[in-house]
Amino acid sequence: MYVYDEHDRQMAAERVAQFRDQTRRALAGELSEEEFLPLRLQNGLYVQRHAPMLRICVPYGMLGSGQLRRLARITRDYDKGYAHFTTRQNVQLNWPALEDVPDILADLAEVEMHANQTSGNCIRNTTTDQFSGVQADEITDPRPYCEIIRQWSTFHPEFAFLPRKFKVAVNASEKTDRAAIRIHDIGLQIVRNDAGELGFRVHVGGGLGRTPMVGPVIREFLPELDLLTYLEAVLRVYNRYGRRDNKFKARIKILVKALTPEGFAEKVEAEWAHIKDSPTRLTPEAIERMKGFFTEPPYEALDNATDLLARQRFENRGFDQWLSHNVDVHKKPGYAIVTLTLKKTGTPPGDVTDQQLEQIADLADEYSFGEVRVTHHQNVVLADVRQDRLLELWQAITPMGFGTANLNTLTDIICCPGGDYCALANAKSIPVAEAIQRRFDDLDYLYDLGNIDLNISGCMNACGHHHVGNIGVLGVDKKGEEFYQVSLGGSSHHDADIGKILGPSFAREDMPEVIAKIIDVYVDHRTEEEEFLDTYRRLGIKPFKERVYA
Amino acid sequence: MPEVINADGTIRQDNWVVVPRPEDGESLDIPTDRPALIPADLWLAGYEHFAGNERIGVWFDSHDEPEIIADKVNELPLIGVNFPRFVDGRGYSIARLLRERFGYRNELRAIGDVLLDQLQFMKRCGFDTYALRPDKDINHAATCLNFFSQGYQAATDTDLPLFRRRVG
Repeated sequence: MYVYDEHDRQMAAERVAQFRDQTRRALAGELSEEEFLPLRLQNGLYVQRHAPMLRICVPYGMLGSGQLRRLARITRDYDKGYAHFTTRQNVQLNWPALEDVPDILADLAEVEMHANQTSGNCIRNTTTDQFSGVQADEITDPRPYCEIIRQWSTFHPEFAFLPRKFKVAVNASEKTDRAAIRIHDIGLQIVRNDAGELGFRVHVGGGLGRTPMVGPVIREFLPELDLLTYLEAVLRVYNRYGRRDNKFKARIKILVKALTPEGFAEKVEAEWAHIKDSPTRLTPEAIERMKGFFTEPPYEALDNATDLLARQRFENRGFDQWLSHNVDVHKKPGYAIVTLTLKKTGTPPGDVTDQQLEQIADLADEYSFGEVRVTHHQNVVLADVRQDRLLELWQAITPMGFGTANLNTLTDIICCPGGDYCALANAKSIPVAEAIQRRFDDLDYLYDLGNIDLNISGCMNACGHHHVGNIGVLGVDKKGEEFYQVSLGGSSHHDADIGKILGPSFAREDMPEVIAKIIDVYVDHRTEEEEFLDTYRRLGIKPFKERVYA
Repeated sequence: MPEVINADGTIRQDNWVVVPRPEDGESLDIPTDRPALIPADLWLAGYEHFAGNERIGVWFDSHDEPEIIADKVNELPLIGVNFPRFVDGRGYSIARLLRERFGYRNELRAIGDVLLDQLQFMKRCGFDTYALRPDKDINHAATCLNFFSQGYQAATDTDLPLFRRRVG
């Protein structure tokens, strides 16, 4: 994990002092609400339905056990003992008081955390695959590049007031994309060229919101040393030419569409030609130094515990199910990747208590070298668990509520906080998630259905990524009443796609039945090897439409 | 006389005036008693008339393209970049282009909706004077210009991003 040096510590402390000064001036009336707005947003602070909401950055999803314990303490000291893991690998507090926020930021800085640029029209947290560094098929660990981007984007003097928010994601696996890079403003796919050199395929202009788009490729191969200069060129073109007259047309995707991807790429290349050899160009030493922070933990030389696990599975069906669904293959023999699901029915997806945060910290220390990763599916990963301790771990987490063996199934729902918490929402999302989870409470049936991404957003801003859910649910407001629009066929993976709207929206109480009918069509028509998305792609939307609106 | 802030936070009296873009059919109203900033494209259009006049500078609005005077920047004693609203960040890019690409060496001034909390960003992008909005506390400027003792990136103020300083 990255460790601050004196430079990082100094800037973190200066940032806290700056925000303390800004908060003081805001409370004294020296800063108008409008003037304070972008300043507090760039420190993670929203004003929400019940109280301010503070979004704390978890850079590319990595958290240490000490940081988890500090988060737990902060939720107790300044909040109601709850935190919420977001769909961009961050953590949110829902009830902090404005005047406490500088103290919260100071407490965070002590454990090398911050809330910088977690909101506002600036470069946000860079996200990546939660299995970085532990999966067998990645080209290289993407986290050093994420941290390089984090530092470059932190307090960047030119790009603090962009037309709109700006999100970068990095993926390093050839076969999977758990970082959803094609729905980001910039998506970087780590690749090797024919000469074996490392670089990035650059996607620009993906995004959700009102105009969902899959980001086109604007450069097939960008050498790794050119990463920052090229990003700077993209951002400069966007900063200068992105629309500022209409908030709904201000994301970079609109500019890319207006210029065409080829036209946009030309502009970027022209800008980049001027700065590619500037001092911002990375050096091999700088990359090597950064890689030094993301080395392997002290693994033991182990064999795979195949026989032991087979025996344990045979004796314990619940363990067997959990192992099949919530545990992934690790690159090192004898180790496994465990996902703790925060999707227990009756608990809002991604919500944890202070106590659970501490339990996760203890689990990390006991089983996984003191580190966890937050996923954009709002779960938490223990990346380095010994296979011969999996049963013990499963027994420990089941009473904690982290053992629901529904990872990647229909009930592993991505869900924004929705109308229960968020001031922007048109409709509640959490009760819809819960009603669907209750309707589909038979794990065997869920397993039989296979992998299905069900994503729920309470409004067009799409924090719940509904466009890229295989089944997407969007809360809409119709004359003051909450309705839900359903879309099908979205994907955030390598085969990224935006879902198609099924038809007129539904009342909340009808939603579980609507989902059940959609699932029935799939079950009736699927072939043996098909997942939900395959069947949908083969059949098209018509049979689903006919059944649901029959 | 109005005051402007220098990059070191000191304050000085200054009588440069910003001449707005004339309405259609009207002509540029340049004062005779004070030095003036005029719209850059109009300076270029009247280049033969304005060139060499030490009391005439130009200003860019946030949507303007500084490229139009790329080869002439150092003929100007002062360039202003307007921030129509403080959340409009185009002026930061304009400033960096003037300094880093076109090699502008004279005074570069932030004008318009210039507030305290953006001053350090402006300084890092090459602005060296700031016409603070009059309702803001000019005495707090020195603090705001120096919230941070260093930055991660290379910008107009430094050729050494932190990653180059770290590895020596």
